[in-house]
Amino acid sequence: MAESVAVKEPYVMTGVVCPYCGVTCDDLEVRVENGKITDVKNACVLGKDTFLHHLEGLSTPRLYGKPATIDECIDAAAGILAKAKYPLIYGLDSTELGAQRASIELADLIGANIDHTSSVCHAPSYQAVMTVGIPTCTSGETKNRADLVIFWGCNPAEAHPRHATRYSVTPKGMFTPKGKKDRMVIQVDVRPTPTTRIADAFIQMKPNSDYEVISALRALVKGHELEQTEIGGIAVDELKALVEKMKSCKFGIVYWGMGLTQTRGKYLNLVALLKLAQDLNEFTKFSCAAMRGHGNVVGMAQVLTWQTGYPFHVNMSRGYPRFNPGEFSVVDLLARKEVDAALIVAGDAIGNFPGSLAEHLRSIPLIAIDPKESDTTKVADIVIPSAQGAIGAGGMAYRMDHIPLMFKKVVESPYPSDREIIDRIIAKVKAMKSRGNGAPAPAGRG
Amino acid sequence: MGRSLKIIGGEVYDPANGIDGAIKEICVEDGKVVQSCTGPAEVIDATNLVVMPGGVDIHTHIGSPAVNAARGFRPEDHRHVHFSKKPGLRSGVGSTVPSTFATGYLYAQMGYTTVMEGANAPIGVRHTHEELIDTPIVDKGLYIELGSNEFILKFIKAGEMEKVKRYVAWLIRSLKAYGVKLVNPGGVEQWKYGKDVKNLDDKVHYFDVTPRQILKALAWANESLGLPHSIHLHANSLGTPNNYLTTLDTMQTLEGSRLHVAHAQFHSYGGENWGGFCSKAAEIAEYINTHPNITTDIGQIVFGDATTITADGPWQYRLYKLSKNKWYNQDIEVESGCGIVPYTYRENNFVNSLQWAIGLELFLLIRDPWQVFLSTDHPNGGPFYLYPWIIRLLMDKPFRDEMLKRVHKRVMPETILKALDREYTLYEIAIISRAGPARALGLKHKGHLGVGADADITIYSKDSDKEQMFEHPVYVIKAGETVLRDGEIVHSPDGKTLFVVPPDVGEMDPTFKTEFENYYTIRYQNFPIDIEDIPNREAIPVGDPR
Repeated sequence: MAESVAVKEPYVMTGVVCPYCGVTCDDLEVRVENGKITDVKNACVLGKDTFLHHLEGLSTPRLYGKPATIDECIDAAAGILAKAKYPLIYGLDSTELGAQRASIELADLIGANIDHTSSVCHAPSYQAVMTVGIPTCTSGETKNRADLVIFWGCNPAEAHPRHATRYSVTPKGMFTPKGKKDRMVIQVDVRPTPTTRIADAFIQMKPNSDYEVISALRALVKGHELEQTEIGGIAVDELKALVEKMKSCKFGIVYWGMGLTQTRGKYLNLVALLKLAQDLNEFTKFSCAAMRGHGNVVGMAQVLTWQTGYPFHVNMSRGYPRFNPGEFSVVDLLARKEVDAALIVAGDAIGNFPGSLAEHLRSIPLIAIDPKESDTTKVADIVIPSAQGAIGAGGMAYRMDHIPLMFKKVVESPYPSDREIIDRIIAKVKAMKSRGNGAPAPAGRG
Repeated sequence: MGRSLKIIGGEVYDPANGIDGAIKEICVEDGKVVQSCTGPAEVIDATNLVVMPGGVDIHTHIGSPAVNAARGFRPEDHRHVHFSKKPGLRSGVGSTVPSTFATGYLYAQMGYTTVMEGANAPIGVRHTHEELIDTPIVDKGLYIELGSNEFILKFIKAGEMEKVKRYVAWLIRSLKAYGVKLVNPGGVEQWKYGKDVKNLDDKVHYFDVTPRQILKALAWANESLGLPHSIHLHANSLGTPNNYLTTLDTMQTLEGSRLHVAHAQFHSYGGENWGGFCSKAAEIAEYINTHPNITTDIGQIVFGDATTITADGPWQYRLYKLSKNKWYNQDIEVESGCGIVPYTYRENNFVNSLQWAIGLELFLLIRDPWQVFLSTDHPNGGPFYLYPWIIRLLMDKPFRDEMLKRVHKRVMPETILKALDREYTLYEIAIISRAGPARALGLKHKGHLGVGADADITIYSKDSDKEQMFEHPVYVIKAGETVLRDGEIVHSPDGKTLFVVPPDVGEMDPTFKTEFENYYTIRYQNFPIDIEDIPNREAIPVGDPR
């Protein structure tokens, strides 16, 4: 368990795990003076900001816009959730496993829809894996072995700043003793980005042509000739040269981002890419991996999978888990205005969703559990502040490659953790149901 | 806890204590079997019922990063089987890779109370513990996969055997693991560059050591640490024709040392290629019959859907090419890997049908039931909850013959199954499904009903249809509490995580931290798992060095 720290003396914690992105660096050194983080070593600018500004923009407990106690907020939240017929639980990326686990228990209890931010980022990646599988590896394999690294539709230099130095570009590993010199780094994207500077080669394609380009690469890998001279704005000769590099490397990997998942083709882009990587294993060792973003979003998919069988878009309204993209995915649920109450945990739904969806969220009872003020807390009926995961609360978290690590509790927070809040809501809902107060939710929509 | 219970009038099968169907009273207090109850006790009248210790599964894959990857990429596997929430019970999904809560319920419904998760890369063990915590009712432990661990390969190459031992002890202590697993030793490392090892003397790239050296080193380390279970081996060349030679070579290499050969069915094949695929069960059984140092579980296949999940990456790639099903592969830094391919075993497929027969031949040819245990290598050979069907095949010769007629017609001339008249007795079933695995695991308080044993007890009604009998226990008692009555789960305690505390054989070298951080991508200090992260647990003591 994370060490709890009550001493007033300044202290430095080492091996601290950063909650910002899916690189999940675990080598931070955090200095705390008088309950405030005053210095962070080893972190990138995003991680450093997260820790240093931990006391800024904190949310406060509120009930319908008026100050309230945490207890009052929890009671009111439980009342709403116990009565709701088709509630939604959403967010859950920026918190630790215990809170994620509790949120599923709550969903099971009240027959809720439960979804998380994968729904609007890498769900298409998962859907592709469900379709064809994936050859992948942990980041350490890239560090130890990869002599060809391709970044496709992602921009780690800005979104995952330490990916390149910890895993994919510069680190020296078992079979890559010269680090960067032992690796060829290629970027494929629709425009140059700061990642272009760390790549040895940049291949520019026309927007929305990933599927065609990847399919052409597959054809070339299989030895077919192409009639075209260019595909997606890339000369076929350039594609041929890329295929040669892919087939002749010892250990290749493609990292992809939302440039593939959220553009034309969506999960089909990934089906093509994953098949390409599988095909290449005829010739050499080849892997691919998603550049996952928000903190512990992988953890939510993990625990949801082991408890319900499905990684996202889960509906419990019939008393058992059902999964259906398009039906139980958060965007579709909100677009159809089906949900009649929402609990948003550690995520900003209002700030990230299109206006019409946010509009529906505003029109129903909305509960937000969040350490910080956000667009969601600003309009929520109930705001329950919590101790921020990885800063004020410890617990488990997953890296983008599914490696589990432990968030440490770095400072004390005046507020309970997300997990404790949800556990208390669960206890309250159970008590209400056993009293017959707030009748149990009828199964589904009839 | 604190509850007293008397089971009276039952026909007791407790092979560890030599009890073969005697009518005997079993008394339970504070979760343990006692000589007699000190106060008033609840009475279960087991007249005309069969009483056995709770089942013990020595080899299953129920929760790990690999199992969860399989669940996540097989939504089609879950849709048709669901578990509704009930008071005190969580909802879930079933089929070949059930969700965790469902897994606990399914094992309990079959009368099993202790299960061992079969293969875990050390860096993912933190995840496995979380899944095991969410697997209710049963007690559980996990093995760590070390057969291609790069530190071990390096230590062996340098001839530093003491370091191998210290490292194994450090891993088990840091990870709260139960035992040492090897999967295709050396071959998993080779797969990281897309290759495999061909035999026990094939050198592993760069490290320059052979599977034979790895086997010997880890068996020696395991035994000299006095770990309760022997090394648990998924041998080289799984699933391929003529692999029985490798299996025999492997067993001969470790002659004199304890060895558990996992899923032997997948390692007992002859023939130069798939065209000549044939059974070598008799050869493997003969070796085991003359070598009491060996235990095995069969990895019996059952017809229908399965999900193959193994660290044996090169085999899974071959299975992907053979089956053309979807393929998941994850290589894991420094340690291991995992491959997943959905698979369906078909009665009308010659190879599948012969695999089915080979498993049964092994069960029937291995004479001492204390050496052979029930498993499907879940979910590789099929799901664990079909064990009752296998039990019926073992106990019921006419049923077996009927089945033999149904499978692919080329199997009949290829198997000696027809000539094997042996039918397992209830006493023998109690050995292969409880007493034997518990003894092989070194779990002294499991798998029997003697005084001091954990009160994990299953009560069946007699039925000439043995599948019915074992599928539907009347009572299941876990640690003295009734968890199942008349087929319904009535109580769902958490169950404990069983782990081994190895002896102190010295710290790792001061340079190890640097080595660790050179090749891993996490900090050395973040590798060990805090014991407090496992709320319900029990440390199992080690024995003397062997």
